[in-house]
This record gives sequence, C-alpha cells and structure tokens, in this order.
Amino acid sequence: MLPDSLQQHAVAAALESRLPGVITGGHADRNEPTLFIAPAQIVEVCRILKNEFSFVRLSAITAVDWQPADPRFEVVYLLHSLERNERLRLKCWLSESACEIDSVTGIWRGADWYEREVFDLFGVRFRNHPGLHRILMPTDWEGHPLRKDYPVHGYKYSYQNE
Amino acid sequence: MREITIHTDSIAATEAAENTAVMVEPPVGTTRKMILNMGPQHPSTHGVLRIVLELDGETILKAVPDIGFLHTGIEKECEAKTWHQAVTLTDRVDYLSNLSNNLVYALAVEKLIGDIEIPRKAQWLRVMMTEFSRLNSHLVWLGTHALDIGAMSVFFYCFREREDILRILEMFSGQRMMTSYIRIGGVALEPPRGWQQVVGKFINAFPSKVDEYEELLDSNPIWLRRTQGVGQAPLEDLLDLGVTGPMIRAAGVKWDIRKNEPYSSYDEFDFEMQTRTENDVYARYRVRLGEMRQSARIIKQALEGMPEGAYQADAPKIVLPEREKMKTQMEALIYHFKIVTEGFRVPAGEAYQAVEAPRGEIAYYVVSNGTSKPYRVYMRTPSFGNLQALPALLEGRLLADSIAALGSMDFVLGDVDR
Repeated sequence: MLPDSLQQHAVAAALESRLPGVITGGHADRNEPTLFIAPAQIVEVCRILKNEFSFVRLSAITAVDWQPADPRFEVVYLLHSLERNERLRLKCWLSESACEIDSVTGIWRGADWYEREVFDLFGVRFRNHPGLHRILMPTDWEGHPLRKDYPVHGYKYSYQNE
Repeated sequence: MREITIHTDSIAATEAAENTAVMVEPPVGTTRKMILNMGPQHPSTHGVLRIVLELDGETILKAVPDIGFLHTGIEKECEAKTWHQAVTLTDRVDYLSNLSNNLVYALAVEKLIGDIEIPRKAQWLRVMMTEFSRLNSHLVWLGTHALDIGAMSVFFYCFREREDILRILEMFSGQRMMTSYIRIGGVALEPPRGWQQVVGKFINAFPSKVDEYEELLDSNPIWLRRTQGVGQAPLEDLLDLGVTGPMIRAAGVKWDIRKNEPYSSYDEFDFEMQTRTENDVYARYRVRLGEMRQSARIIKQALEGMPEGAYQADAPKIVLPEREKMKTQMEALIYHFKIVTEGFRVPAGEAYQAVEAPRGEIAYYVVSNGTSKPYRVYMRTPSFGNLQALPALLEGRLLADSIAALGSMDFVLGDVDR
C-alpha cells in the first residue's frame, strides 16, 4: 500500500501497479523517498528498478538495529539513477528469529561486499550470496559488533583487570 | 650439546630435501599456477591491503582483495558520542580528505535538524577548505602514484605544495591533518587575520606548479608507456561494481555530485567537470590533474568573493557560543554547559547526504531516534566501493601493471575499513 506522501512519486506508483502489494509502506521524510518492501520480493523489485527504471547504481547496502523492537533489523538499500539524477531508498524489515534475506548480487555485482559487511557487523544472512564470510572483522570473531546489544568496548578484551 | 647437533642435522636434512625438490624440473611443456601473496605490508598498496594473486607466469589469473586490517569501528564509536563529538571521529576515516568527511557529516546532521540556516560565509569557507583538502589528496596521490611507477622526482614537487596546504589548514583550524574544522552549524573558527594574503600567494602560484608536474610526467616516455592503455575495464562493469569519482569520470560518465546535486553553495562557483573517455590509468591521471586546476579556480573565486557575515549559524542551542560571550553572558554560559555536558537533541528521522570527495561519492546515512547521540551513522566511503573493482582491473593483465592500476584507483585503506 502506497502512503499518501508517495502517491505522486512516479517510480513508486509504477512499481505499485507492476507488483501490487509489494510496497508495505514508506515515507518521504526530508524529501528522501523511502519504500518499505516485502523481504521475500526484494530481488524482483531490484531487478525491475534496475532494468526498467535505470537505477544502474547501487550506492550501498546497510542495516539498522532497532533492538528491542520486533522486527529488529532494517536492511537499507540506497539506489541511485545516473540518468534521472534521482535517489531511492528501499527498506526491508527482518525479525531476529529469521534475519535472512535474498542476496541482490545477481543484479548488482557491487552488492557483494556490502552484503558481506552487513553480515559481518549485524549478523543478517543473505541467501544465494557467492561467498558470505566476514569482511572487516577477523574470520574467527564471535558476535556482530554493530548490534545494539554488543558493548562498545567488546566482549573479549578489557583493560579493567590490568 | 647433543640436542643442538640433532637440531642442526634436522635443518640440514630439510634443506637438502628442499634443494632436491627444487632441482627436480617439471616435465617439459607443463606449467603450474602460482599463488602470490601481495601485502598486507607492501609499499604500493598504500596501507594494509592484502591481495592474493593467482599467477600464470607474469599474467594475473585471479585477484582476491582481503581487507579489514585497519578496521577501527568508527561507526560503532559514533553511536557512543554526542552529535558534536562525532565530528572528530569523521576526520579519522580518511586522513587525506578529512574535510570532505567533516562536511558530509555536518550536512547530514543539519538536514536532520531541519530549521537551521547556515550563513553564506560559512558555506563559502566550507567550499574553500574542502577544495584545499581535495588538492591535498590529489597531490599525495600524484606523488605516490608516480613514485610507484618509478618517476621519483614528482613526489618531492607534490609534497612541497602539500606542505603549503597543510600550513594553510593549520592556520585556519589549528591542526594540520585532523582539522575538525567544519562543525554542525558552520565552521569552527573565524578565519585568521591576513588569511587572504597567504591563500592568495599560494593560489596565484599553484596553477604554474600543476604545469610543472604535467611537464615532468608527460614528457617522460616511460610514464606514458606505463600508463596509457593500462588498467582498463568496461564501463558497465565499473558502474555495476559501484565505482565512483575520478575513476568513472575517466571512463566518460558525466557525474560529479558538486554539479549534479550541488550542496553548500557549489552552484555559485564557476568550474568545469573533468571527464575523459580512454578509461585507463593515464585518463585517471588527466582527470585528477584537471580537477586540481578546477579546485584552484574555485579557491580563487572563494578568495575574491568571500561574503561578509557570521561564520556560524544563529542557533544557540546547537552551536557552541563564542568564548568572549561565554565569559560575559549568562545565557551563553548555560547553553555552553548544556551542549558540552548533554549535547543537543536531534529530531527523530533519517537523512542521506552525499558529497563529492577526492576519491568519489562519500555519503553518510544518519539515523536519529530523538536523543543527543546518533542512533546510527553509516559511512558510504568511496574507497570501499572502488576497491571492489580491483579484480576487474587486474585479472588477465600483467603483474607489473598491477602497480599502476592499483595506484590509479587512489584508495585510502582507513577509508575502506573505517
């Protein structure tokens, strides 16, 4: 369902008519259009946006942890169209018990490292990713540092006892 | 005594075994692939980057970058600081374009705050200083890139001018590198007395210095042979992999955020976007050289037309009061105390702001939950996006060209790992 603030937005309206029900909400906070997408259909939506609406660039993928809210994780896709000089933000909400989403590496190869980063720092898993392993933290690291329940000083080492 | 003897014996035995192994030549006509570990401590990776190369003779079959050696958790740390304190962390992301990082953070937070108007003088000062940091970055890049390829003298020329820029940055902000000059609501300080003479002297001489670098490099046949036609990759691949900045402008894409999505009054300045079409190491060098000339033009315009007025917004709840006011006015003292101890609250919401950094699109995605600390600061750094295209530039090329290709990407590892 398209919110009132995005009724005039050409891409959102076209996407809604193309895949009815895929947009579960959204807003145009500070003039930045944001669409909430049903996680199961993210790959389909991204394919349409890239091929038919010229969002050739994937600026980045990131996530926000809203603990203790449920769904807890918000995966954010930042798209950019060079042709129309337009930016669009997609969001998928994932609950902690099922924090898994399909990978969009098949659409933008550049999604590879961004998805690995989100996996590394938030623990969100991406299905069908070509090599989903840690990218910034050491491979044997435990925990996901950007989660809100991860202390700033970490679990493993502290100066307290020295 | 006896143990030592056994020990040396075993070493000798191993060495002998190794020698025989080496001496056994493979049958004629067969080759094998070799894995070469480049980095993390390699001078031409300009930081701690490790690349695992699979070689067939001199040809690179596969290149796998391994990053994360400089991961410092800046994004996590921002969540533990107040909005103002986090400014000092943004400097540390990229030591060569710290003012671009200051600027993008300040712009993103100001977008979140909403009703704050930045005075024109502050906007012009931001533009001028960001262009100085672009010059700084491009000078370091040109010097070290030429040094990698073997043209040593350019390095000294570039660092001569860089030193002047660092002195100017110090004069404005008190710091040579970690300036934290651009703050939420304006800039940190009033420009120092006599800055016009210092900046004017530098900027009048600078274009001739760029001619010098060009003369040094373009009349050097080795430089031309090592850069022209090297490090190419199809434009579609570059866009698909998320490359931004001079690298895609050298491939013919007319996209510069300063022109396409002007911020901080860049639309008031007269400058040209630099593009080339060859898409090789040489084209990237030409684009950056042209950008240095354009930056000099922008700084000159800022110098000549610097508006009068305040250097900070009139927002006492957000901007720290001037020292003198704090000593004489009760309200100023109270605001100062509030800002320093508690910080200011930013309305809940999210903002995405992109600026054109020396290396490409740098963008901060800042989320607020209405408290005095950022809820999430995501830094979309250009080096991270650009480095992903490394395999596309290296695979199928010669090992010796990898140095030129790496240098032409102009990444800073702190910017990659954050």
